[in-house]
Amino acid sequence: MNPLPAAGPLRPDQQLISDMITPDSRVLDVGCGDGALLAYLAEEKNVDARGIELSQEGVNACVALGLSVIQGDADTDLADYPTNAFDYVVLGQTLQATRNPKDVLETLVRIGQHAVVSFVNFGHWRTRLSLLVNGRVPVPAGNKFGWHDSPDIHLCTVLDFVDLCETLGLTIENGLSIDRHNRVRQIKTGSRIANLKGEQAIFLLSRE
Amino acid sequence: MADSTQSMSLIANGELPGYQVELGTDGPLRLDSGAELGPFMIAYQTYGNLNADKSNAILVCHALTGDQYPAEKHPVTQKDGWWDLMIGPGQVIDTDRYFVICSNVLGGCMGTTGPSSIDPKTGEPYGPEFPVITIGDIVRAQKMLIDHLGIEKLFCVIGGSMGAMQVLEWASKYGDSLYSAVPIAGAPRHSAQNIAFHEVGRQAIMADPDWCQGNYITENKRPRRGLAVARMEAHITYLSETALHRKFGRRLQEREKISYGFDADFEVESYLRHQGSTFVERFDANSYLYITRAMDYFDMAAEHNGVLADAFRDTNVRFCVVSFSSDWLYPTIESRTVVHALNAVAANVSFLEVQTDKGHDAFLLDEPVLHKTLSGFLDGAVRNSGISI
Repeated sequence: MNPLPAAGPLRPDQQLISDMITPDSRVLDVGCGDGALLAYLAEEKNVDARGIELSQEGVNACVALGLSVIQGDADTDLADYPTNAFDYVVLGQTLQATRNPKDVLETLVRIGQHAVVSFVNFGHWRTRLSLLVNGRVPVPAGNKFGWHDSPDIHLCTVLDFVDLCETLGLTIENGLSIDRHNRVRQIKTGSRIANLKGEQAIFLLSRE
Repeated sequence: MADSTQSMSLIANGELPGYQVELGTDGPLRLDSGAELGPFMIAYQTYGNLNADKSNAILVCHALTGDQYPAEKHPVTQKDGWWDLMIGPGQVIDTDRYFVICSNVLGGCMGTTGPSSIDPKTGEPYGPEFPVITIGDIVRAQKMLIDHLGIEKLFCVIGGSMGAMQVLEWASKYGDSLYSAVPIAGAPRHSAQNIAFHEVGRQAIMADPDWCQGNYITENKRPRRGLAVARMEAHITYLSETALHRKFGRRLQEREKISYGFDADFEVESYLRHQGSTFVERFDANSYLYITRAMDYFDMAAEHNGVLADAFRDTNVRFCVVSFSSDWLYPTIESRTVVHALNAVAANVSFLEVQTDKGHDAFLLDEPVLHKTLSGFLDGAVRNSGISI
């Protein structure tokens, strides 16, 4: 088999996500962007890689790479998949842009044996400090939007997310945070450190 | 001037480029209606070369008024092939790499048996005695052709509009006989609006006194006006308001001011009249009736107790579904319905809605996003199939 054409580089959270995924598994990446993670997984881990992406540019880039990606979004285009259609369903930095994060999370763990969710932690100390000092809605690093035009409508903190998982009865199999120096830290239940120091969080979930 | 009799005489004289094969010689084709047809002729054209293990064949399915000449000068109109932009050496469907087959659909008028063909039982043209056909029948006949060519598994079946319906039918009925499927600007069923537009077209043809209850060939007449009106009306549905406005606006046709009459004052009127009058040169009115009917009857879910997903259960076909944002004839929601059905059976599917204001006909036009997507899809399919193409 010829190698896939090169996609873009992986984000730090995507690198950690890929470490959580076992080789030869079936993976759906929801909000797969330019297909970097899918291409990596297909190439390095021989996964059956599928994706969903909202933007025409993203889908075009993915399909042009030979990836199987449909244009759609997490809120409306996940419902039809059968239970356990995938081993892993990945939602990388997309949860905050969904209309119903709760429904989406429930669907992820229905259609996948596992869900892998990463998000920007709104509880990070710089975000908290930014609001306190500047008196303006904090904009996470690298975010090009303002409060009024941002697609990120459901921002949350690590604690918020853990709460929601508990409410939904989901098992957190693994939780990692990445700080601003790209150091990775295990998220311990009940600990507030990750919520303060982690800029990003990655969780591996499953149904109880 | 050329007319539909010219294409018929080209066929009769063996002057049409391509091939013609008689099928159903060892037993007639049983149609969905229960009627039987056969033996019958299929006219087809090919581009490129079939490789030794016959694994590089792509079947291109044409739309309602298309034919088997997607990638060469049309033998009757001398215009460029309808998918010249897509098929050829170095193109998306690269004829240096793939063996491309395109056949005229059953009921057509370019060499495949249709209502203008001679009924061997009577020695007269079938006319209105031709049996009503369906998309299923069209595809069944195509499958007989592919079997005849000794191809066990097509690498891809691709088509736009009615071509997309055939692609879906292929994937549903003969899933083991194709590796990948690309339905573009299609639908899993004909909507009430689609049927309504077709009915207007058919009524225009049948209201023409020269239609002669369908027996115009034996009466030595042609329902030109009716067929032209049908084409004019259909042509509007292939475009979009934006595209029409950009192309014509309210510009007047070779005149300074309106005439206060019913001449073609506006460019758009003149354009449609031209579309109508050139169409009758190459197309048979009864074929138009039969093929539009086949499209109207198309409803994949109905064959599976209303569950479209059941049409694709356990499919191993790799799909690439494409729609166009300004297509109001087969809007994106129709393609999305197919995608959701394929998701429901966890099929391998890609789906893209191309942003364009060119309407339904965008599949025939220069749409770089479409072309880039399809190239990538075909390359990916080759890579994943393990076939050496």
